Amino acid sequence: MDPIIESKNISKKYNINHQRGGYISLREVLTNALKNPLRFLKKKVARVFSTKEEFWALQDINFKVKKGEAVGIIGPNGAGKSTLLKVLSQITPPTTGEIKIRGRIASLLEVGTGFHPELTGRENIFLNGAILGMPKIEIVRKFDDIVSFSGIEKFLDTPLKHYSSGMQVRLAFAVAAHMEPDILLIDEVLAVGDAEFQKKCLAKMNEIIKKDGRTILFVSHNLQAINQLCHRAILLKNGEIVKDGPTQEVLSEYANMGNTGSDEHGDLTSSRIRPRVGEVDTDLSWTKIKVLNSKGEESNNILFHDPFEIIFSGEAMKDCPHTVISLGLRVKSKAENDYIFMKTQVTDGFSDYIKKGINEFRVKFDINILAPKIYEVAICADGPKVFDWIPIATELNILNLGVQSDVLWRVNHQSGDLDYPCTWSINQPLSKI
Amino acid sequence: MVIIIRPKKRVTWNDIWEIWQYRELLYFFTWRDIKVKYKQTAIGITWAVFQPFMSMVVFSILFGHFGKIPSDGVPYPIFVFIGLLLWQFFTSSLTNASSSLISNQSIVTKVYFPRLVLPIASTLTNFVDFIISSFILICLMVYYQFLPNLTGLFILPLLLTITFMIAVGSGMILASINVKYRDVRYALPYFMQMLLFVTPVIYPPSIAGKYSWVLAINPMTGVIKAARSAILGTTPTNWLLLAISAIAGVLLILIGVIFFKKTERFFADVI
Repeated sequence: MDPIIESKNISKKYNINHQRGGYISLREVLTNALKNPLRFLKKKVARVFSTKEEFWALQDINFKVKKGEAVGIIGPNGAGKSTLLKVLSQITPPTTGEIKIRGRIASLLEVGTGFHPELTGRENIFLNGAILGMPKIEIVRKFDDIVSFSGIEKFLDTPLKHYSSGMQVRLAFAVAAHMEPDILLIDEVLAVGDAEFQKKCLAKMNEIIKKDGRTILFVSHNLQAINQLCHRAILLKNGEIVKDGPTQEVLSEYANMGNTGSDEHGDLTSSRIRPRVGEVDTDLSWTKIKVLNSKGEESNNILFHDPFEIIFSGEAMKDCPHTVISLGLRVKSKAENDYIFMKTQVTDGFSDYIKKGINEFRVKFDINILAPKIYEVAICADGPKVFDWIPIATELNILNLGVQSDVLWRVNHQSGDLDYPCTWSINQPLSKI
Repeated sequence: MVIIIRPKKRVTWNDIWEIWQYRELLYFFTWRDIKVKYKQTAIGITWAVFQPFMSMVVFSILFGHFGKIPSDGVPYPIFVFIGLLLWQFFTSSLTNASSSLISNQSIVTKVYFPRLVLPIASTLTNFVDFIISSFILICLMVYYQFLPNLTGLFILPLLLTITFMIAVGSGMILASINVKYRDVRYALPYFMQMLLFVTPVIYPPSIAGKYSWVLAINPMTGVIKAARSAILGTTPTNWLLLAISAIAGVLLILIGVIFFKKTERFFADVI
C-alpha cells in the first residue's frame, strides 16, 4: 500500500530581514527617506549588495508515514518541528520539495483556534469545529460527547469570556479530540491544562491511535507522552532529520545529544531573559552554563536517577567580595518563584573567591532524585555592586526511558517533583494453606 | 483524495471549487461576524438603522435645505438615501474585506482553509445591515408616496451583485496588501471619504455638467444612478453606465481573485 504521507526533499527558507521589527509601514519608509536621504540611499544600496540573511528552518526532509502509524516528532527548540507541521498542513508553502498526502488531513497547532470571547460555549463549539474542518452534521452528531468530555455543561450558554482559562482549554481540546480526519497533526497541545485533564487527553489520544487506527504526527516536549503514544519517532535538529526509528532508540539518541538546552552552546552573554534592575552597574555577569551527565558529556538530557553536574561561569570586572551566588531549580511551567530548591552560597570564604576574570562554579548532584520532568535552572549573583539573575539559564530534562510497564512507578511520579529514593517492602498475613 | 504540496501553485478552477467545498466555513464566519458585530452595545442592531438615517438627516439639512442641491425632481431625503444605502454597503464591505485577514490573524497562521473565504464572508455580513436599513427606504417611500417602478425593481438584485463584486474584488486586493503593509488600514477610510465626493451620492451626476463623464470612471456611479432610476422611476435607466459598472465589477473580481491567490500562500509567513 502507498504511504499516507510522503515527504520528498522538503526545505523551508525564511528571510530573517522580513521577520524582524514587525511589519513594514510605507510611511516609515517615506519619512526615513525624506529625513535623511543620504543614509536611506546608503542603506538601500547596502541591502542590495549584502547577501540577505537566510534561515533554513527545514532542510531536505524525507520521510514516509504508513496508514495507522503514530509518529512522534522531537527535538530541541528551533529544530523545525512546528515548521514541519505548518508545511504539512498547508499553512505555509515549502521552498523546495514535494509532499503527497493521501487522505483528509486536520491540524491542531493550537487549542481553541478561532474561539471568539463574545460567543457562548455552544456557539464556539460549532465555530471551532468548522474552522478545524468538521462538517456541521458531524458536529451536531458529536455535540453531546464533546460537551460531556469538556465537562462544561453548566456554562454552555455563557459567553466564553467568562470562562476560566482552564475551561477554555478543556472545551477546545474536547472539540479537537472529536475530529475524524485520516491524518491528525498535533503540536504541543498537551502543555496546557491541569494534570488530571492532561491524563484524560492522553487517554483520548491513545484511544484515537489504538482503536480508530488513525495516523497521527505528534510534536511534543513531553517525552513520556511520546513514549506512551508513539511507536516511531523522528528526531529533528537544526532543520534536519537526525534519527528516524523506533521511539525508544530515538529517545535515547536524543538523551545523548549534546547542547540541547534552550540557549545555543550554553552562552549566556546575550541572554534576554535577564531582568536588569534599575541602573545597577554590575561587576559580574554570567557568561556560560552547561550540564554534564554521569559520563562527563555535555547534555541537558539526564537519565532518570543518573548523577549530573551543573557548571556555570561568570565574568567579573574586578574583585567582588560579599557576593552571594545561588542556583535554583524549578519545574517548567510552574509559577515564577515556585522553586524546588534554591541553593545559596553565603560563606564569606567562598564569596571572597570571586576575583577579577572568569569564575567557574560547579554544583554536583551525586544523588539524582528528581522526577522525570523538564526543569528550569536559575542562577543568581547578588552583592553590593553585583546583580545578575537569569531565571531560565538552561533547561534540564530528566528522561525516563523504558519504565512504561511499571504501573506502580507511574503512580508515584504523579505525586511530586522529587523521586525520593526509598525501598518498598510489604508485610502480609500468611494465607492459610 | 490526494493532496500534493509543492513550492509553487497555479491558480486553477479548483480554487473556486474549493470555496464551494468550504461553504460551511463561509457560513460560519459570516454568522460569527453578524453575531459579534453589535455585541455589548446598548442599542444593538439599531445602529444599522441609525447610521444611514442620521447621515440622511444631516445631508438633507446641509445640502438639500441650505445647499439647494438639485435632486432630479424628487424630495432630497429619499434621493440621498438611495445613494447612501448603496454607498454604505459598499464602503463597509470594502473596509471589512480589506481588514479581514488581519483581524483573523490567529486563525490564518494556525489552520488551513482557502483564505478567500475571509474577505467574502466579511462582505456578506454587510448584507444584513443593508436589508435592515432598507426598511427606512420603504418608510420614506410610503411617506413621500412613491410607487416603485416594478420592472426597475428586478434589476435591484443585479445592482447589489455588481456592488458586491466591486467591493469584494477590490477588498481582496487591499486585504493581500494589508497583510504586508498596514498602511491600508489608515489610508482606506480617508480615501473612501474622498471617493464619496466623486460619487453621485449627495448630488445628481448632472451637476457636473460636461465633466459628468469623469464620474463614470467610478464604477459606483452607474450602480447608484441605476438604483435611483429603478426605485424612483423619474429618469430612464442609463444602460451604458450600468454596463461600465458591471464590466468593472467583473474585472475587479477577476484581478482580485488572481492577485489574492498569487500572494495567499505567504500570508502566514508575513502577517
